[in-house]
Amino acid sequence: MPEFQEKSQILLKETVTCDIFRLTLQAPAIAGAAHPGQFVMLQVDDSLDPLLRRPFSIHQIAADGTIQIVFKVVGKGTAKLSRLAAGDTVDCIGPLGRGFPLERMNRLCLIGGGMGIAPLYFLAKRLLQAGIQPENDYVLLGAATRNELTLFADEFFDLGYTVKTATDDGSLGHHGFVTDLLEPILADIERVYTCGPFPMMGIVAARAQAADVQCMVSMETHMACGLGACLGCTLAGADGKYIHVCRQGPVFDSKEVAWT
Amino acid sequence: MDTVNGSEIDLTVRLGNLQLRNPVMTASGTFGYGREFSQLVNLHRLGGVVVKGISLEPRPGNPPPRVVETACGMLNAIGLENVGVQGFLDRKMNFLRGMNSRVVVNILGDSVEEYGLLAERLTGVEGIDALEVNISCPNVKKGGVAFGTVPEMAAEVTRAVKERTDLPVIVKLSPNVTDIALMARAVEDGGADGVSLINTLIGMAIDPGTRRPKLANVIGGLSGPAIKPVALRMVWQVARAVSIPVIGIGGISTADDAIEFLLAGATAIQVGTANFYQPRAAEAIVDGLRTYLSEQGEDSVRSIIGAVRVVEG
Repeated sequence: MPEFQEKSQILLKETVTCDIFRLTLQAPAIAGAAHPGQFVMLQVDDSLDPLLRRPFSIHQIAADGTIQIVFKVVGKGTAKLSRLAAGDTVDCIGPLGRGFPLERMNRLCLIGGGMGIAPLYFLAKRLLQAGIQPENDYVLLGAATRNELTLFADEFFDLGYTVKTATDDGSLGHHGFVTDLLEPILADIERVYTCGPFPMMGIVAARAQAADVQCMVSMETHMACGLGACLGCTLAGADGKYIHVCRQGPVFDSKEVAWT
Repeated sequence: MDTVNGSEIDLTVRLGNLQLRNPVMTASGTFGYGREFSQLVNLHRLGGVVVKGISLEPRPGNPPPRVVETACGMLNAIGLENVGVQGFLDRKMNFLRGMNSRVVVNILGDSVEEYGLLAERLTGVEGIDALEVNISCPNVKKGGVAFGTVPEMAAEVTRAVKERTDLPVIVKLSPNVTDIALMARAVEDGGADGVSLINTLIGMAIDPGTRRPKLANVIGGLSGPAIKPVALRMVWQVARAVSIPVIGIGGISTADDAIEFLLAGATAIQVGTANFYQPRAAEAIVDGLRTYLSEQGEDSVRSIIGAVRVVEG
């Protein structure tokens, strides 16, 4: 699959909350080749601080050659990225990894938690383009609180999906875990796509597997290169062997991953 | 021959009887088996590629987390995960043969015998130009002491490999020793055609919140720009101690970094961790090296090898 390295200008910086941002980047080669579920490795500058690139899932692409990423400030890399403004340039490598499968597209459920919501929007749009009827499909979104969720919930709703939300503090939708929303609808579902914190995806995977519903998970790990060279982005696989998130994933069938 | 501003600049260097088109190689474990970078890097512009270390049998590697970023560097405890020599020959060599760059195969083992067997398996294979021997591995038969920390053991491994191959043999030295020049002389006496250094420095990082080591393996190898001054010092010391070619490794990410190692006495250099964050680092170093030589009025890269001006006494 084609991969590119581009100097990407930030065209738009949206402040979602005080520590969540959405960037629109000029990256025509990456945008042209990207598939939902794939990611980019982004370098803020060449100061060697932080040294390594940071992986970000592709939130959406547009026909004008732009990609979007969404991130929360969690460390040195994202803090530095959050201080950039429109007009600044970052170095972008992508699209990387194996994305979501799109075949057999009906009665789907997309479940996102926190920043894991980001890649599901690209998926939701691509599914529409591929001809699904979104009113038969669910999008379940969870976050800590209301202001981390409303923007994204509205955008999925505008695509025509049935959207349900959950917040840890009860400020929007179900007061509790997003995984609680899955149980009542699971009988109607053929395939689940999920991205979010590891424990959340573990619960989704367990419920889907118990109901014999296929579940595709997008995994996150620290990674040094994103290219399959460092072999640092390892997770335990269900068969006792190690799996590598960057090249074999980040999207896996939930049965490929060891959840305990 | 490359042309800059109408003048020809010779970038070729020799490691024993192996000629490289330029002195810029990629370091083992940071460039996969070459193919991983084929979409982003012009592989044919590199002096050579040292592939991920190969053992007799496939190795699964260490449990995660395996990598952690540190100030201007990173710690890794990958655990020598690799496809094994048969998997390498079956699945990786075909691409490497077509790459149009020198291919150096890094080998590692648990015993002197394993190194010898690996050398035998990789000799006579079309497309393999040299072997690099990783001696930073524990010698299982000698209580797990690393080959690379005992001069006699390092020399013994070198001899075992040399006996089984007619390929140039480069021995990659560990910096985790008191006197690296002593190690270099030992492997030179063992018949090595060259030495490469440094491998990673053993380090550690702890998460204060959880009070746990950040690596599942507890300790790991430090690499990246943070180790460059240490590596440069060791290359300088080794270059003065041996008469075989020295390959400089350790935090090289720019042409200036590479030039420092050449001035210190390295005949060639390897780019390691920089491949992770700047896949085109090695290519950019080739370009920058040529520009430097042109500005300095040199017509050959060989003119600057060991040309550091040290005022003695």
